[in-house]
Amino acid sequence: MSKPPSAYPDAHGHFGPYGGMFVPETLMAALNDLTAEYESARNDPAFQKELDFLLSNYVGRPTPLYFAERWTQKLGGAKIYLKREDLLHTGAHKINNAIGQILLAKRLGKTRIIAETGAGQHGVATATVAARAGLECVIYMGKVDMERQALNVARMRFLGAEVRGVTAGQATLKEAVNEAMRDWVTNVRTTHYILGTAYGAHPYPMMVRDFHRVIGLEARRQILEHEGRLPNLLIACVGGGSNAIGLFHPFLEDKDVRMTGVEAGGDGIIPERHAARFQGGRLGVLQGAKTWLLANEDGQIQLTHSVSAGLDYAAVGPEHAWLHDQGRAHYTYATDTEALDAFQQLARIEGIIPALESSHALAEAIKVAPQMSKDGIIIVNLSGRGDKDVAQAARMVFGEDLRF
Amino acid sequence: MNRLDARFAALKASNQRAFVAYIAAGDPTLDKTVEIVRALDAAGADVVELGLPFSDPLADGIVNQMAADRAIRSGTTTPKVLEMIKTIRLHSQVPIVLFTYLNPVYTYGYERFHHDAAAAGADGVLVLDLPHDEADQNAELKPCPDLAHIRLIAPTTPAQRVPVIAARAEGFIYYVSREGVTGAQSTIATGIGEMVASIKAATQVPVCVGFGISNPEQAATVAGMADGVVVGSAIVKLIEKHGAEPDVAAKVGAFVKPLVEAVKRV
Repeated sequence: MSKPPSAYPDAHGHFGPYGGMFVPETLMAALNDLTAEYESARNDPAFQKELDFLLSNYVGRPTPLYFAERWTQKLGGAKIYLKREDLLHTGAHKINNAIGQILLAKRLGKTRIIAETGAGQHGVATATVAARAGLECVIYMGKVDMERQALNVARMRFLGAEVRGVTAGQATLKEAVNEAMRDWVTNVRTTHYILGTAYGAHPYPMMVRDFHRVIGLEARRQILEHEGRLPNLLIACVGGGSNAIGLFHPFLEDKDVRMTGVEAGGDGIIPERHAARFQGGRLGVLQGAKTWLLANEDGQIQLTHSVSAGLDYAAVGPEHAWLHDQGRAHYTYATDTEALDAFQQLARIEGIIPALESSHALAEAIKVAPQMSKDGIIIVNLSGRGDKDVAQAARMVFGEDLRF
Repeated sequence: MNRLDARFAALKASNQRAFVAYIAAGDPTLDKTVEIVRALDAAGADVVELGLPFSDPLADGIVNQMAADRAIRSGTTTPKVLEMIKTIRLHSQVPIVLFTYLNPVYTYGYERFHHDAAAAGADGVLVLDLPHDEADQNAELKPCPDLAHIRLIAPTTPAQRVPVIAARAEGFIYYVSREGVTGAQSTIATGIGEMVASIKAATQVPVCVGFGISNPEQAATVAGMADGVVVGSAIVKLIEKHGAEPDVAAKVGAFVKPLVEAVKRV
């Protein structure tokens, strides 16, 4: 490999053999316009200045890098730091990207915003920035996800967004993306699609990553302040992979820093009962990108399952596929049960209720921290807070139906 | 000369417009699809586009999404569709274009798909989510001469991109007359004549116009501006309604006949 891992994608959005622009012709012009506008924006000091101002004054950056001392003691191994993205406005890392893209939408002169959402965190983040920008906003969300994330549906409505339920297929994130893309094909001249993860056609995987790099840049600076050295291991959950790539990317050239992405193991690695694309997945093309995905031998996308709506998706972001192939990052999975255990453990020991998505990363820390020496340092991306998951977790843990 | 080029050459010689019909292979069953293609041929369709179903057809409206879903649930797979084309070829030489998304083709094997589909009797392929830019950059997606590659041009396609696409087009160019997904509309899009003229300035390849055409009046209007007219969702909707009836193929034939006549009158 001649280029360093951080030098990707190429001009056409390829991360080695992955990524690209696999979309209908109707969208090609819009994607090319978006790429050009993004390139111009990121070289524009005024754009960067406005973004930085909003990140610190509206979004709430920087977030703390918190030493989880009691949890570290309990696990009895490496020191665990939590990157507290759960403390951001709207409760998850998703707003880092949403705030960046809304500024781009305004530069592009678009008057209408659409987005897909799984757990609802990206929908809430998008509805929030659209409200602040005074733009019309439509969020597509699977009906199944609307039920398990009813609180976020209500939040989006209060923020002035129209939430459109999607009933096709298994009525979760993948179907919401299909519907958002159909809307975009139809209204492309007026509408900007704020895609919420490091997925889709170029420039989205690159652009979404760049807006989330702030996570890793801060964490790198903060761990040097706290410990005077870099961590041994980074852990993040991977659905499409936005929070993970945001944390990982600024460390890619730090050869001694290992990285683990944690996919949703669901009920275990049984076809249609998980969303772990690197376990039993295959190479394919879905929703704009070539990557690892879960499909049958006829190329039909398979059903997926995860306790967390945000990880319940059949394909992984193309840059993760590339880092996987290069051996630069390692990918594993946590089951629903392991994630739910981690969810409860962090609440009891550290007084932090994490999102079920982030709980997958915490579950990996529970497995590996005890095997590492006490000098070891782990940073876990606590990508979101768990308020949205409380009703679901209460049903699963206490057998109680809460009504909101 | 393949069946597609031969058909368009014959149409040009007789100064006629093409009628292109789209249906979803395997909706309601592959056996019925054989009958329906036969009925389309008998009704005068010049080209049949056969949808090879994909679970996530993001360029399709609800009518074609549901048809793909019915096809998958009836057990339709890529190998079975290719087998079915062999059956069609026992009694029909109507040009056949496979209309699909990249993942089923890629999973089957891109080159192998082209080879096997051509051997089965298919003439062209239209992969909705494979723009030429990607095909040019991926060694494994290089042109396979076995099938004609039908290219899409949209109203949003920039003027400088039109000749680039036209230069790569084979068989015919499919001009998607509407920004949106597939589906019948009560009015036809505007600006079709201008766009078709700009495409024709760049290529000799015939230009067919589709997306949203559902009745003979619309078909005749569009036929006056292009080399051919594509009707899809309106036929698929009819199949959805009558799929369980024994004479669904006859009903499709009866529905298509006035559309063909409207196109041929132009």
